Amino acid sequence: MSVIVRDDGFHAEDWAGAVVELAPDTDAGQLAALTAGAEMVRVAFPAFSDGRGFTLGRRLRALGFTGRLRAAGHVIADQYAMARRSGFDEVEISDELAARQPEAQWKARADWQAHEYRARLRG
Amino acid sequence: MYNYSDFDEAFVRTRAAQFRAQVERRLDGSLTEDEFRPLRLMNGVYLQLHAYMLRVAIPYGTLRADQMRQLAHIAETYDKGYGHFTTRQNIQFNWPKLTDLPDIIDALADVQMHAIQTSGNTIRNVTTDAFAGAAADEVADPRPVAELIRQWSTDHAEFQFLPRKFKIAITGSAEDRAVIRAHDVGLELVKRGDEIGFKVLVGGGLGRTPMLAPVIREFLPKADLLPYLEAIVSTYNLMGRRDNKYKARIKITVFENGLDTFRAAVEEEFARIRPEFSGVDQEVLAGIEAQFAPPAFKNTPVEFYEKSLAVDPLFKAWATQNLAAHKVENHAIVTVSIKEHGATPGDASADQMRLLADLADRYGYGELRISHEQNVVLPHVAKADLPAIHAELLRAGLATANVGLLSDIIACPGMDYCALATARSIPVAQEIATHFKALGLEEEIGGIKIKISGCINACGHHHVGHIGILGLDRAGVENYQITLGGDAGPLAAIGERAGPGFAYDEVVPAIERILRAYLAIRAGREETFIETFRRLGPAPFKEALYGEARDAA
Ligand code: HEM
Ligand code: SF4
Repeated sequence: MSVIVRDDGFHAEDWAGAVVELAPDTDAGQLAALTAGAEMVRVAFPAFSDGRGFTLGRRLRALGFTGRLRAAGHVIADQYAMARRSGFDEVEISDELAARQPEAQWKARADWQAHEYRARLRG
Repeated sequence: MYNYSDFDEAFVRTRAAQFRAQVERRLDGSLTEDEFRPLRLMNGVYLQLHAYMLRVAIPYGTLRADQMRQLAHIAETYDKGYGHFTTRQNIQFNWPKLTDLPDIIDALADVQMHAIQTSGNTIRNVTTDAFAGAAADEVADPRPVAELIRQWSTDHAEFQFLPRKFKIAITGSAEDRAVIRAHDVGLELVKRGDEIGFKVLVGGGLGRTPMLAPVIREFLPKADLLPYLEAIVSTYNLMGRRDNKYKARIKITVFENGLDTFRAAVEEEFARIRPEFSGVDQEVLAGIEAQFAPPAFKNTPVEFYEKSLAVDPLFKAWATQNLAAHKVENHAIVTVSIKEHGATPGDASADQMRLLADLADRYGYGELRISHEQNVVLPHVAKADLPAIHAELLRAGLATANVGLLSDIIACPGMDYCALATARSIPVAQEIATHFKALGLEEEIGGIKIKISGCINACGHHHVGHIGILGLDRAGVENYQITLGGDAGPLAAIGERAGPGFAYDEVVPAIERILRAYLAIRAGREETFIETFRRLGPAPFKEALYGEARDAA
């Protein structure tokens, strides 16, 4: 089982439709083709130290993807703001991680839009 | 000088509070040691041989006097009364307790400082020329751009978990006192007609595979900088290797894929994201530039300075070695040597820091710099005030007149502090300095750069030393490799290995053989060691080191 994290806290899985899965080593040149017509894209984060997923998420949004975008795997609460700022709508974590880092630790970063230098410089 | 905006202030305070919570969550088990590690690293906290180590950023090497005083306060309150200035324009405190760290971070925030991204696989503290804004030879002051990059890279959501660390250096002068060719990205401010832009280099680095960065863009318009950097780092984030941390730096990415392939990927991404940047970054930059406006320089005459030069030989020796040309005629750039013979290169005591802060207030418009050569710089001093400054430095034991000379050595912490060290480096630096001082040969030998690292990671820049010394471990015994002919300036070069290494107590005699050979074969006093090396190559020095028999073997 897993837990879905959004700005308002923990949720149970509520997506039943088709999912396009992207591995961290997905060829950036193929992103548009792989996700054409998708409503939900799930980007895998095999280890929290592997930051490729953040770039994939940001590039998907830059390519115009407007569907649901999920970061799934080993993402820690301290990275929630990074995921949201990179274009993800939500994070999917294991029950074990959710127990160790309870909801309050994630909600503490629900203010991810505050204090962001890059957004301020990009305009 | 730059003063925090409300945005900066709120950011740094929030970040300090987050770090305090992270330390608490580590202590209560919410964070595993594995998960805490990158978080503490992002805030400059290392675990070293004996204790935690805190690396504090001195953004682009610029400090105000009040900030220097706060560093002295931290050194006294939380450490053993000193700090270590590094080649990356940081200051390291070697003995803080984990539970004190949140308080230290707060104390830094009180004076608009932080330790953010001084470590970890992220974009590190941007470094620049210690003479920026004062040097007579620069196209423009690089610090406003460095501050812009600091803001853009700070907490950049996409780039906190890169394949490996990422270092950017920028110079405003073709003289390159920032070693831009040895950085992941090097930027040089250049002019095309009247337009200021950047020459962009990518893929340099030292460490176990030293490489000098090739040029990826000859001229990048100023306004394109952030999207271009973003395209480079994002391309690296996807393309860089994650299977082997020794092959994870961008230099390997560029080398293995080829510069052309890498450039094509960068330019494609750049073209896509350029329109996302509306131009507000240039407004922010203009605001930053206004804050770096030079102080109102004093108009004092230089006669007293000139008279002192004529009558005071000690002052003259110091002035000859430790001053550099300022863009304003009646001013000079003062380098205060933190390399007294026999002392630890780069270590400064709290008292010394306070004295330097006072001197900056009284004579230097309140401004200080930390150079990558581990010295402290007073960038703007009226020549009329130099004799007074020199007298005060003399009293404090800070008037060593050795800038650019043999004892102005860069040395990493090595075995004395560093968990990765394979050999000592500080004592080697100390012994070289005291030995040649005793021989009285230092001035005769003249300008030379000796750089020492205590392991293959090359934090002491040995690859780009005219003479580089690398301490290794051979079956439990320290062994030192010597490289010759490296250079960190515009003629950057990676030194070549002279031959088999030397035991610890053979190093000083080996350096002496090299330097005596130089004295014997140089074309004249004005030909420096590196010039002689460039003219004659390594052969005469190898012969001095090993004799002809070894060469033939
Ligand atoms: C004391 C703890 C330190 C540790 C654990 C450490 C670790 C490392 C490592 C692992 C590398 C190799 C990176 C690579 O090749 O990918 C490296 C490179 C480097 N470090 Fe350090 N270092 C330390 C202190 C310092 C200090 C005190 C300085 C400044 C004096 C410094 C400046 C550098 C520089 C300039 C490089 C080489 C440039 C490059 O990144 O390629 N480091 N360090
Ligand atoms: S070169 Fe090696 S010994 Fe020296 S500081 Fe770097 S990692 Fe430590």
